[in-house]
Amino acid sequence: MSTTQDTHHGKVDAATGVSTTGHEWDGISELNNPLPRWWLWVWYACIVWAIGYWFLYPAWPLINSATPGLLGWNSRSAVAVQLSDLQALRAESAAKLGNASLEQIEQTPALLTLARAQGRVAFADNCAPCHGAGGGGATGFPNLNDDDWLWGGSLEQIQQTINYGIRSSDSETRSGSMPAFGRDGILQKPEISAVSDYVRTLSGIAQPGSDFAKGKEVFAANCAACHGDDGKGNQELGAPNLTDGIWLYGSDKASVEYGIVNGRGNVMPAWHTRLDPTTVKALTVYVHSLGGGR
Amino acid sequence: MSTIQDPIRPPAKAMRFGEAGLLVVFAAFAFFAIIVAAKAYTPAYAFHAYLFAAASIASVFAIGNRYMARPAGSVPQVNADGKPNYNFDVVKVGTIFAVVWGIAGFLVGVIAALQLAFPAFNFDLPWISFGRLRPLHTSAVIFAFGGNVLIATSFYVVQRTSHARLAGDLAPWFVMLGYNFFILIAGTGYLLGITQSKEYAEPEWYADLFLTVVWVTYLLVFLGTILKRKEPHIYVANWFYLAFIITIAVLHLGNNAALPVSVFSPKSYIVWAGVQDAMFQWWYGHNAVGFFLTAGFLALMYYFIPKRADRPVYSYRLSIVHFWALIFIYIWAGPHHLHYTALPDWAQTLGMTFSIILWMPSWGGMINGLMTLSGAWDKLRTDPVIRMMVVAVAFYGMSTFEGPMMSVKAVNSLSHYTEWTIGHVHSGALGWVAYISFGAIYCMVPWLWNKREMYSLKAVSWHFWVSTLGIVLYISSMWVAGILQGLMWRAYTQLGFLEYSFIESVEAMHPLYVIRALGGILFLSGALIMAWNVWKTITMPEAAAEQKLALAPAE
Repeated sequence: MSTTQDTHHGKVDAATGVSTTGHEWDGISELNNPLPRWWLWVWYACIVWAIGYWFLYPAWPLINSATPGLLGWNSRSAVAVQLSDLQALRAESAAKLGNASLEQIEQTPALLTLARAQGRVAFADNCAPCHGAGGGGATGFPNLNDDDWLWGGSLEQIQQTINYGIRSSDSETRSGSMPAFGRDGILQKPEISAVSDYVRTLSGIAQPGSDFAKGKEVFAANCAACHGDDGKGNQELGAPNLTDGIWLYGSDKASVEYGIVNGRGNVMPAWHTRLDPTTVKALTVYVHSLGGGR
Repeated sequence: MSTIQDPIRPPAKAMRFGEAGLLVVFAAFAFFAIIVAAKAYTPAYAFHAYLFAAASIASVFAIGNRYMARPAGSVPQVNADGKPNYNFDVVKVGTIFAVVWGIAGFLVGVIAALQLAFPAFNFDLPWISFGRLRPLHTSAVIFAFGGNVLIATSFYVVQRTSHARLAGDLAPWFVMLGYNFFILIAGTGYLLGITQSKEYAEPEWYADLFLTVVWVTYLLVFLGTILKRKEPHIYVANWFYLAFIITIAVLHLGNNAALPVSVFSPKSYIVWAGVQDAMFQWWYGHNAVGFFLTAGFLALMYYFIPKRADRPVYSYRLSIVHFWALIFIYIWAGPHHLHYTALPDWAQTLGMTFSIILWMPSWGGMINGLMTLSGAWDKLRTDPVIRMMVVAVAFYGMSTFEGPMMSVKAVNSLSHYTEWTIGHVHSGALGWVAYISFGAIYCMVPWLWNKREMYSLKAVSWHFWVSTLGIVLYISSMWVAGILQGLMWRAYTQLGFLEYSFIESVEAMHPLYVIRALGGILFLSGALIMAWNVWKTITMPEAAAEQKLALAPAE
């Protein structure tokens, strides 16, 4: 490493006045510049900082654990602190909403504002994937803005639906399903066609035709038990109102026939295991306020 | 054929051991692949087995034809004039592969960017859905484009700086063509939905095994050439290439350890489970960045910048210190990809602190690259190729500062899972890896095809400015997008409820995704200018090259 040796072998570079190391590869040589001071000192500083960090935080693995660090910090307790901070921040509103009944929340403007603020984001993160960002629904997923309710649109009924779901795996769930009249051989093709035509006349989207009488007969014998003699449905069973022109799975004849042949029954999950009671309350009030609440 | 007239017996032409051995291996493998194809569990796997069979049969014919056409005797190590008889044909093929795969990879990136801005670009086709195109894009640019640049330049540089012909006769060809066959299997696999779902290591077990054979051969060819060198010392670029080749082999074997369901099935199960699997994945993933995209491309920098600038490397001592520091420290930094996860706190701490310690060793390469230009700074104005490579080194410096900064847990809690990560990756990938590669291609193409200079330096300048504008649009839009996302996700109202739903943060990304796609289109356009320029350079006659230069061609 002595400089005499370097100058002995190397050539002095004219542009910089620094000598080379004396080696050359395919015309490339290397200057014998020292390590830049600032570079070396910044590097040392980084190393010192890292060593300091190792003393303060969990760092080096031992046989069954790791060095804990002088600060006693760990990510599990850190997240617990953050969660409890959040709970503290929400404590006041949670207590207010928690103690109030759904009706009280609905009637007290301050509580209503609170519930809607909490419900809005909870809805967007949990409900919107199926029911749409504005609760507008999609084929098979009910629109929550209209006043047509499959299982009831009162505050208590909405809360029950959110908590336990519909046809969910929860033991408290409500379920009722449209049987597969065609697939199970209960009705034959001409009967399904006639009753489809008949059902479509109930909301006025089709005019009575030649099979009206037959359709009415099939309806009375097979459908009226759930959907009612007048086709206005039954919220106890989740049987849709067939006279209001609102169709969950489509109103064209093919869609109606498909439902009669194969049955229908989508699942709404139970949320009480995933959301705390206050959030469910807030969601209930929020959904109720979307436009169709009863 | 004409032995009867010849009184003196000519040297008997015989198959070399490698030729005969490979013929037998490929023929046997073709049979094996056909059997696998016939009994394959899925059509996609059968398709791959047939590709293997077709490639094996093509290899048998290629080796046979080459044997028939070549003269008798062993490969000449030196030319008639005593200079090394360099094997540049394989480098030429790799250079062209690099340009072609580069365009393909950038194009897929542009489509993926458009899909994020406008989902209609998925066209409801499973093969080109975002989930399949994303790994196709990352693998195409890293392994197909970057890999071919690395293999081609390493074969070039190791010969020139060792003053020796590439070791092996068929082995370099097996490496080059075998590697590109692996790319074909990986790429078609993504489109057909074959994946083991490990980032940057998506190809399934059979592709991994084949790549292992190719990679070990690559190591042997490279080492063999270094052992044959006529120079007393090993040039710094070759240290970096060697570190890259060896470490990638280790990473590949560690991360892809898997048990196949059957030899007739593409499916396998990774032997690692849970957080150990995550740690293995990011030990691999981070060091793919470290050793593929950093060490490998620093090797390019150490050869092509001093060569093109005609200046000595700034500091030999710095190159030694930062080389050993870089390779020892990089291997520790992987856990910073798993901050705030189930990974134990101590591992997260080590990942973060070693990332900070890595900052200066990374910058050592930047200093050596930039300072090599001292005494030749005027070339930044006059030579667009030097300009491209110097800007590459500047982007390298920027990304290797940004990386350690993002590894700090407080910063990471904002940046992780956001577009900031994508912006960071692309400032390194576009600014550093691609630019140093473009610079090397612009240097190497005239050297390989015996032309004085590229067909049009003006076009190089256009490539530089168009793609620089693209990079700026890309990374600035992703910085804004990432920080916006991070802030939206953590925003709480005064009442303690989330301010924004997730989908609102997705909506906020739209204009930034459009700007990003525009940046990608500009970058792709620049690469197309390069491809045109490379094509014109290869096909122009030498005399025309002189004329073109004199006329300072307009683009």
